[in-house]
Parts: sequence; structure tokens; C-alpha cells
Amino acid sequence: MFDVTIIGGGVIGAAIARELARYRLSVVLLERKSDVAEGTTKANSAIIHAGYDAKPGSQKARTNVAGNALFEGWCAELDVPFRRNTSLVVAFSDDDLPGLEDLVARGRENGVPGLSLIDEAELRRREPNIGPKARGALLAETGGICCPYELTISLATHALLNGAEIRLNTPVTAVRRENGVFVCQTPQGPVASRALVNAAGVYADTINNQLSEDTFTITARRGEYLMLDKRFGPAFQATIFQMPTPMGKGVLITPTVEDTVILGPTAEDIEDKDDVRTTAGGLDQVLRVAALSWPQIPTRHFITAFAGLRAHCDRNDFILGEAADVPGLFNAAGIESPGLTAAPAIAVELAGQVADRLSAGKKDSFKPPYATRKPFRLMNQAERETAVAADPAYGRIICRCESVPEAEILEAIRRPLGATTLDGVKRRARAGMGRCQGGFCAPRVLELLSRELGVPQTELTKFGGASRILCGTLGEMPEPQPRAGQERTGETHA
Amino acid sequence: MPEIRKIDLVIIGGGPAGLAAAVAAWDDGCHSLLVLERDVRLGGILQQCIHNGFGLHVFHEELTGPEYADRYIRQVQERGIPFQCDTMVLDISPQRLVTAVSPAHGLVQIQAGAIILAMGCRERPRGALAIPGTNCAGIMTTGTAQRLVNLESLVPGRRIVILGSGDIGLIMARRMTCIGAKVLACVELMPFSSGLTRNVVQCLHDYDIPLLLSHTVIAIEGRERLTGVTIAEVDLATRKPIPGTEEQIACDTLLLSVGLIPENELSLSAGVSLSEVTQGPLVDQNLLTDVPGVFACGNVLHVHDLVDEVSEESARAGLAALAWIRDPAGPAGSSLEPIRVRDGKGVRGIVPQQISRPVQPPKLHLTFRPDAVYKQATIRVEVDGETVLRQKRLIMTPGEMAVVDLPTGRFDPASAREITVHVEVSA
Ligand SMILES: Cc1cc2nc3c(=O)[nH]c(=O)nc-3n(C[C@H](O)[C@H](O)[C@H](O)COP(=O)(O)OP(=O)(O)OC[C@H]3O[C@@H](n4cnc5c(N)ncnc54)[C@H](O)[C@@H]3O)c2cc1C
Ligand SMILES: Cc1cc2nc3c(=O)[nH]c(=O)nc-3n(C[C@H](O)[C@H](O)[C@H](O)COP(=O)(O)OP(=O)(O)OC[C@H]3O[C@@H](n4cnc5c(N)ncnc54)[C@H](O)[C@@H]3O)c2cc1C
Repeated sequence: MFDVTIIGGGVIGAAIARELARYRLSVVLLERKSDVAEGTTKANSAIIHAGYDAKPGSQKARTNVAGNALFEGWCAELDVPFRRNTSLVVAFSDDDLPGLEDLVARGRENGVPGLSLIDEAELRRREPNIGPKARGALLAETGGICCPYELTISLATHALLNGAEIRLNTPVTAVRRENGVFVCQTPQGPVASRALVNAAGVYADTINNQLSEDTFTITARRGEYLMLDKRFGPAFQATIFQMPTPMGKGVLITPTVEDTVILGPTAEDIEDKDDVRTTAGGLDQVLRVAALSWPQIPTRHFITAFAGLRAHCDRNDFILGEAADVPGLFNAAGIESPGLTAAPAIAVELAGQVADRLSAGKKDSFKPPYATRKPFRLMNQAERETAVAADPAYGRIICRCESVPEAEILEAIRRPLGATTLDGVKRRARAGMGRCQGGFCAPRVLELLSRELGVPQTELTKFGGASRILCGTLGEMPEPQPRAGQERTGETHA
Repeated sequence: MPEIRKIDLVIIGGGPAGLAAAVAAWDDGCHSLLVLERDVRLGGILQQCIHNGFGLHVFHEELTGPEYADRYIRQVQERGIPFQCDTMVLDISPQRLVTAVSPAHGLVQIQAGAIILAMGCRERPRGALAIPGTNCAGIMTTGTAQRLVNLESLVPGRRIVILGSGDIGLIMARRMTCIGAKVLACVELMPFSSGLTRNVVQCLHDYDIPLLLSHTVIAIEGRERLTGVTIAEVDLATRKPIPGTEEQIACDTLLLSVGLIPENELSLSAGVSLSEVTQGPLVDQNLLTDVPGVFACGNVLHVHDLVDEVSEESARAGLAALAWIRDPAGPAGSSLEPIRVRDGKGVRGIVPQQISRPVQPPKLHLTFRPDAVYKQATIRVEVDGETVLRQKRLIMTPGEMAVVDLPTGRFDPASAREITVHVEVSA
């Protein structure tokens, strides 16, 4: 029996796990996918919002502003990338300018520091690529960007190092409460605990509604994105939002901490809570609307498209804290945007509540986060030289686009909470994230994964489940049917 | 940092381009030379091209890719030309300082007298096309699939759709069929194949693989592993899918052969300007880029169809680089404004983009691709508005690089300012 079970290994679940690991509590995190951060956390805008957007008095507003204030410190401690690149909400007509003032007022009410209005000249000085219709903007100095999956992997690893268990590939198929004990059914058997944290993202309603009379509904609201090659990273310094108009909410353009550029998202309610496909209509819309901010989008240089699902709750706000009718059930539900930003605040708050409920005090010692090394691609000449001299595996570059050496791939696999899939390596070492999207390095990474994990390459997956990369070896193939043509025989079968 | 080595000629890339350049320069007397190759062996992309059809022009016989590469590797070895494999070049400065890394030698810096860029090209990934759908397993480029099958005996899929009818796509359609997979269709956006005609016949027709011209993949289905794709016919003019023509194909693999991009990250770090059309460096007739002492040849310069042309072009680069090392200032008159070479009607991606003075050699080797299929075509070369050369071609397609050799005697090299090449349909 555990003290606490956390359902969901997104940024919220991982952050809560890390905060709970500070207490004298046994903690287990159950994640149905093959890795943490495989849900909404891997596919969003990655903006650390300033907090002028949320309705004053809401949980969103409160945790957004508090989360933003904590974010930089968290990223520094965990050594994951964060950049306070500022946010700009741009008005593209004179009619939209008054709306900016409303945003400033709302932001001040929410307690957001560093808000000001800038005129067109100042906007163009800061962002020379902004479209010709821009008239002025709201500048939010506390706006930032981060890497959500790196953050989540680091948080989960830190929790692990401090005694929490992280169980991947473990879906909770049913949950009940018996004699004050929560029992999560999983294919690997039941998991019992005194308290339960529901951080199941778009599925948080299913979990809550099995336990509480106070039900709610979460709708998956899909957002689609396009990503540009890092050559265009410098196109914009700030995150560029469009002033919402009666015509729509607009789409944003932002540099990422990895210097690529993201354009999006759309917003579409969908039935199927796992449907993260992109659509022709959605991607078209992103391009069309983003062109207002950036007329010369270099459409030849997209490297990928992706979609994420907002966990939109019918109560229009985050649902945080203990369920009134189920002692020990703590919800972190309906965590749509700005959930990433709010994660640190939500985690500190919920962990405190759980610890209070279980009357647990803090541990005497708390181990520091897993020490990561500076990536080779960011090292200077002298650092590279030292790294290669100490470990020749730093001298063999596996991913040419992101300059990832073999040593870093091995590290991604061997580290605590190491990668077991191609995407797992990609999220830990960046191999395959660049402009060729793994065309060059995937076969090499598969070889290393196979060697390190002792699993044949044909069993390896992109992201767990049935996402196998290969269909077998040549020896296992059926005889080809005879054909008119002839390939040089002898080479046909290896 | 250990001492910076000094080497007259550093060649980046040990594929057919780098090897041919090395052999030519060596034979002409350049013995301070080093070839750097990131793979564990020389030969470049040819090592995975185990089909035949290489070498008809250079060796007058049909070789496989590895056999062709081997001819050059042997020439390199016989001469004792220094090369270093498992070595990735990380950076080139505009002053030709080369930084490379390898497990055996660590991080090294080399001050090169001249550099030949011979890094080849890479494949366009799915993201470049923004094909909607899921990001599931079972989607890869044909070159990656070729490597898996031919070098590692691994099978990327069993029921396959190929998008793009470039040569690699065509060759992989045949290859996958021959290993026992089922290739359901080869889907091509354009109304013509972008591959060599002989490959369309030998790789698709001979195996009854349908070639769906003016079609594209408009959606990708499958949660974890690919389960199918939706294809549709496209409008000839707009290349947009025509509603009502959608068709689903159940398959487990989508192979992409949607274009090759010259691999010029290093060229950019050296300050070399690239062409928007070829995506390779802008060069003159000596394959010299706009950075002094930096030359380019092979697929890094422009994507070739035939390796034989790569070898020929690269040998010229080797000789030109050596000439530059011997006399960086060049012959008298080389500081004069060069002649510009321009894409005219129906022409895309002419190389070289300029002719430096004095105008040598006596024949200028110009290559380009027509922008569409032309039958009964005429290549017309204009110098400052005046037609100086016409050549007839029965058929020209974008899949086959066109070559014209322009004799410099046809115009006054001293006064010429601009050369334009057109493709016209003969009256
Ligand atoms: C389009 C879009 C843009 C966004 N942009 C921003 C932004 O710029 N800034 C910002 O602050 N926020 C943004 N957000 C919001 C932010 O991404 C989310 O708030 C945050 O990622 C939510 O994290 P989570 O851990 O709650 O959910 P998730 O990451 O979805 O994690 C939930 C996890 O629970 C697992 N799970 C579910 N059910 C079960 C089960 N039964 N058993 C076991 N495991 C289960 C899932 O597999 C998943 O891994 C955006 C969201 C979207 C969709
Ligand atoms: C799949 C395929 C099928 C083909 N089929 C045919 C055919 O049937 N007949 C035919 O005649 N031609 C064919 N070709 C074309 C021919 O093979 C190519 O034109 C030729 O290989 C190009 O030579 P290259 O040296 O320019 O490039 P490559 O062969 O790609 O060599 C470039 C080399 O540079 C190295 N390199 C790159 N960057 C670095 C760096 N930073 N540091 C160190 N080394 C680096 C690479 O590892 C590589 O070895 C085919 C090509 C492909 C891709």
C-alpha cells in the first residue's frame, strides 16, 4: 500500500510527484504511456504566460501568476531550458487598440507585473518581421518559453531519485475507494493507496466520476501546429499573440527554447480523446491566420506538424484540490492553458494539501535533481575538447542536425528514467528533432537502443504500444511472387 | 587546444564527389590533402545503393553503387591519399579553419589552404510537406528504408505506399517488392515522374506497380503504427486535391521520396551564399563559391541523377582547387566583374551561376533542369540578348539534368555581361 497514487505523468502529475517526494510519504505515479510527457504536455505552445488573459478571481488567474513567478527558479534548479523572451499581444487595426488597454487592466487585477503598451514604432523596432497591419502591442515582460517535456522528464526523475516510483505502461482501467483505501486497477494488478491524485489530463473526468458525486466533463479541444527549422529562430524575439477579435482568437508565433519556431494553435472540440492528428483544414488555418503576424512565413522550411489536446472542463476553470465528498481524492483536472505555466504553483499547493491530509512532515534530506551535462551542441570549443578527450563516444556524432554524439544517446538510455523508445531518445537527447527528423539518425539510434536494452531492433517502438518501427528482418519475409522484371538475384535476400 | 594542423586541400565528405576530387587533385600534384568522412567507411550514399546502373559513362560498364564507390576507394588507397573516417566536420570558418571531431582523434582544427565541399544531400522529411494526419510509426524516407534493408537486413514495412517518383522512390519500389513486401502504389504529385525513364520502366512497369501521376497523399491514419493513407487526385494547375477523388489505401508503411536537399549547414557556417533554386552554393565555372578558396561539387552543389556526372564535376573541382592553391590571385583580369548566368524561360537551377574572368575553359559546362516536360525542345542560349547557340532535344524532363556545353568562341568573352538559357518548344 502506498500513501499516494498519482494518475498521469504529464507536467502536472510529475510536478506533484516531485513536490510530494519532499514529504515522508510513499508515492507511486501511474502513466499509461511508455514515457512521461506523452500526453498534452508534449504538444502545446510551451509559453510561460504572464497571466493577463485569465478571468480575475479564477484558479487559472491565481495559479498562472504564481506559477510564472516560480518557473524560472524551477527550471534553473532542474537545469532545463527557460527563456524570459517576453510576450507581445499585437493589435492589427486601430479598432483593436482599446482592447489592449482592457488586457492591461485585467492583468493588473490579476497581479501581473511588467505590463505596458508599446506603439507601432517601438513594436517594429523590437520585431522587424511583424506584419504591415500591426498598430501597437501589449508588452508582457514576464512572458517566457520553456521545454515542457524536458521539464517533465526532469521532474519525474527528481521524484524518482527521492523515492517515488514511476510506473510507465500502466493504464488505470478502473478506480474505486474501499474502506478509505483507493484501489487503481491496472493490467499489472491493483495499486492501493491512502490518497489519490487525479492528474489524468483529458481523462481526469473519467477518474473523478468513478469516485465522486460531484461530476464534471472534459472535452478534448485540439490545437494544431506547424514548426519551422531553427534557421528561422531569430525571426521573432518575443512570443507574438494576436489581439483576439470577433473574427477569432488568432494564432501565435513563438521562438522555442531550441530556436525553432512554432505557429498555431487552432481550436476544435473533438469526440475522441486520443485523436492528435493534424488536418488539412487546421494547418491551412494556422498558415492563413499567422500570415497576419508574419506575411513571409518560409513555408518551404517546415520540419513537422503536430497537435495537442486541451483538457477543457465544462466548469471553465481548473478544478484543484480535495473533492468535497471523497476525502483523499485530490483533483488537478481541467488543466488546459495556462496549465504548464501554473504547474509549479499547482504542485506546491496540492502536495501541501495531500501531506496535510495524511499528516506527513517533510523529509530531513532531499536529494538534488539528476545532474545533466551541457549538451554537446551548446558546448564551446574547449568544453567539447575536454568531453571528447574524456569519452571518445563524444567524438561520434549520431544526429547530424542537432550535433548529438553517441555519448549523449547512451546517457539518454542509461540515465534514471531512461529512454526505451525512439521518441524517448528524441525528448532526452534531441536526436531526430532537427530538420531531417531522424532520417539520418533513426537507424543508428535503433542500433544503440537495441544494444543497450538487449531488445532486438524489430521489437523497438517509436512511442510504445504497437508503434513498432520495423516489420521484421529480411530472413523472415515471404518469398516474393515471381515478376516479369528482375532485380539482380543473389542480393535479393540477405 | 592542440596545435592547428595546416593542410593544403581539405575535402569534406568521402562520397563519390569527395573521392573524385581527391584523386584528381592528387594526380595533379597536390599531396598535402585530407578527406574527412563522417561515416565509418568511404563511399557516401553509394554504399546503400546495391542496385546496378552506375558507371555507364565513366567506366563504360554497369556497376552497383558499392562497386562504383570501390573503384574510387581503390584509387584513393593505391595512391595513399590520406583520409579519415568516423570524423564529423562541425564547422568551417570563412578563413577556412575546419573543426572536426572523431572518437579516434578527438576534436581537431585544421587550417586549410582550400576546401572542397562534398557533403552530399539529405532527404526532405514528411514535415516539410506538412501532410496532415497522425505522427505514427511506419513513415520514413526512402533513403532511410534503403539503408535499413540493404545495410542492416531490416524490413521497414510489408504493405507499402511510396510518395514521390524520384529515382530513390522508384528503386525502393522494386527493392521492397523483391524482398517480399507489397508495394501498392507509387504516388506522384506532378503529371510526370521525376525519376529517370529507365527507372520508371525497370522498377515500376516490370513489377506491375501502379504509378499514380497527379496524385498525392492527403491524410495519414494510424494511432501507433500506420494503418492507411488517403490519396487524392490533384488539380493540374493548382496542385490542390480535387474533392471527390479521395481514395483510402490500407497499408502499414509510407515511404517518402519527396526531394533531396543539398546539405549546406557547413557551407553556411563558412559564409557561402546559396541559390534559392538549387539550394546549393552559388559557384562559377571553376566550382568556386563566393568564399575565397572554398569549392563545391556533387550533390551538395546541386542534386545529380547520375553518379558519373558527380565524378566528372568533382574531378574538375579538384583541379580548380589545386590551381587556386597555387595561385590564389588567379590570372590577370580575374578581378573583373564576372558574367552572370541566368535561368531563362523553362529553365530552373542553372549551374554555374556566374562565369569569372578570364573566361576559361574554351567550353563552358552549363547544367540545369527544365521546369516541365518538353517534347521537341530547343535549348537556346542568349548572351546579352543575342542568341549564340541552339540545340535540339527530343524530350526534356525535370527528372533528367540537362547539359549544354557553350563554346566561348560563340561570343565576345571580354564584353559579355549576361548569359541566359531558355528551353523552348520547337516551332
Ligand atoms: C494546444 C495547446 C496549447 C497550450 N499552450 C500552453 C501554453 O502555451 N502555456 C501553458 O501554460 N499551457 C499551455 N497549454 C496547456 C498545457 O499544455 C497543459 O495544461 C498541461 O500540459 C497539462 O498537463 P497535464 O499533466 O495535466 O496533462 P497531460 O500532459 O495530458 O498528462 C496527463 C497524463 O495522464 C495520463 N493518463 C490519462 N489517463 C490515464 C489512466 N487512466 N491511467 C494512467 N495514465 C493516464 C496520460 O497518458 C497523460 O500522460 C496548452 C495546451 C494545448 C492543448
Ligand atoms: C538512393 C539513391 C539512389 C541512386 N541511384 C543512382 C543510380 O541508379 N545511378 C546513378 O548513377 N546515380 C544514382 N544516385 C546518385 C548518386 O549516388 C549520387 O549522385 C552520389 O552519391 C552523390 O555523391 P556525393 O559524393 O555528392 O554525395 P554522397 O554520396 O551523399 O556523399 C557525401 C558524403 O559526405 C559525407 N559528409 C556529409 N557531411 C559531412 C560532414 N559534416 N563531415 C564529414 N563528412 C560529411 C557523408 O557522410 C557522405 O559520405 C542515387 C542516389 C541515391 C541517394
